[in-house]
Amino acid sequence: MARQNISSTTEHEAQNLLLMYSAGFVLSIVLTFAAYWPVSRHVNSLHGIFDHTALIMVITVLAITQLIVQLLLFLHIGQDAKPRVRLLTFLFAAFALLILVFGSFWIMAHLNYNMQSPANTDKAIMQDEGFDGSHR
Amino acid sequence: MSNHNTALDATHEANQSQKSLFGFWVYILTDCMLFATLFAAYGVLHNNTAGGPSSRSLFDLPFVLRETLILLTSSFTTGLMTIAVVRNKAKQAIMWLAVTFALGAWFLVLELTEFRHLVHEGNSWQRSGFLSSYFTLVGTHGVHITVGLLWALCLIILIAKRGLQQHNVRRLTLFGLFWHFLDIVWIFIFSVVYLMGAL
Repeated sequence: MARQNISSTTEHEAQNLLLMYSAGFVLSIVLTFAAYWPVSRHVNSLHGIFDHTALIMVITVLAITQLIVQLLLFLHIGQDAKPRVRLLTFLFAAFALLILVFGSFWIMAHLNYNMQSPANTDKAIMQDEGFDGSHR
Repeated sequence: MSNHNTALDATHEANQSQKSLFGFWVYILTDCMLFATLFAAYGVLHNNTAGGPSSRSLFDLPFVLRETLILLTSSFTTGLMTIAVVRNKAKQAIMWLAVTFALGAWFLVLELTEFRHLVHEGNSWQRSGFLSSYFTLVGTHGVHITVGLLWALCLIILIAKRGLQQHNVRRLTLFGLFWHFLDIVWIFIFSVVYLMGAL
């Protein structure tokens, strides 16, 4: 009796996992094509629904959605027993990762003026502002 | 007495298993940091083409879509392997692991074909800052895939020899984590490098 109970709970767990993996797989495929299709239309210059900026936002949103889908359904994040050390360490890593990536972009985008010798700084500012001296 | 000991052993074993699972999880998060720095470098450098080709003219989207679908399917078959382990079916686990290995190897061959093609046309990592960062980012992912393939091969042999005993179950769980993680990294390579690069 007890033995049967154990085997039925593992079977239940297996069914549950199968449902999660299948759902994750199907959703991921749909999200991948949803991002691929408008880009491929844009590249083949068939006029798509989105312009350049909108497309970048669409790709970003779909990638993050797929990240969440796979984190929940493939890696089972947030389903471990309390205290949720896996979830906590993950959130901390995500936080550090965002600072690392967007911090790099932010700093590097403002580095043009600072990375040069004073003489070149003037030149860089003039170029950035759209006057290079030759039109004077 | 001996019963008591086995019970203790079992708890000890379960504790060990939890510990190594958490340790491996932390390793994966640090690996995320590695990829984050490479993504940041790519983001900063991707316009520095030094007169060479830009990402717009370089990549073949249908080819990359095929790579993406292959890796995604291999992530799913890893899940099927996990289910076989839960059901305690060693042969099924080996089969799904072998399928995962085959798909991973196919993916790696496609990636290397793409690299060879790029280098052959004179667009190697030496061409520009953009291509250096591209090869570093995608190549590092490829190295991870290679290591994962060797790992899968070892696991297939181990399970064939010793079956689904506790140590092997733990190893398979860790491998599953690793492989799912690699697919997640690829989502961002696909989206940021290839899709946004093609715009």
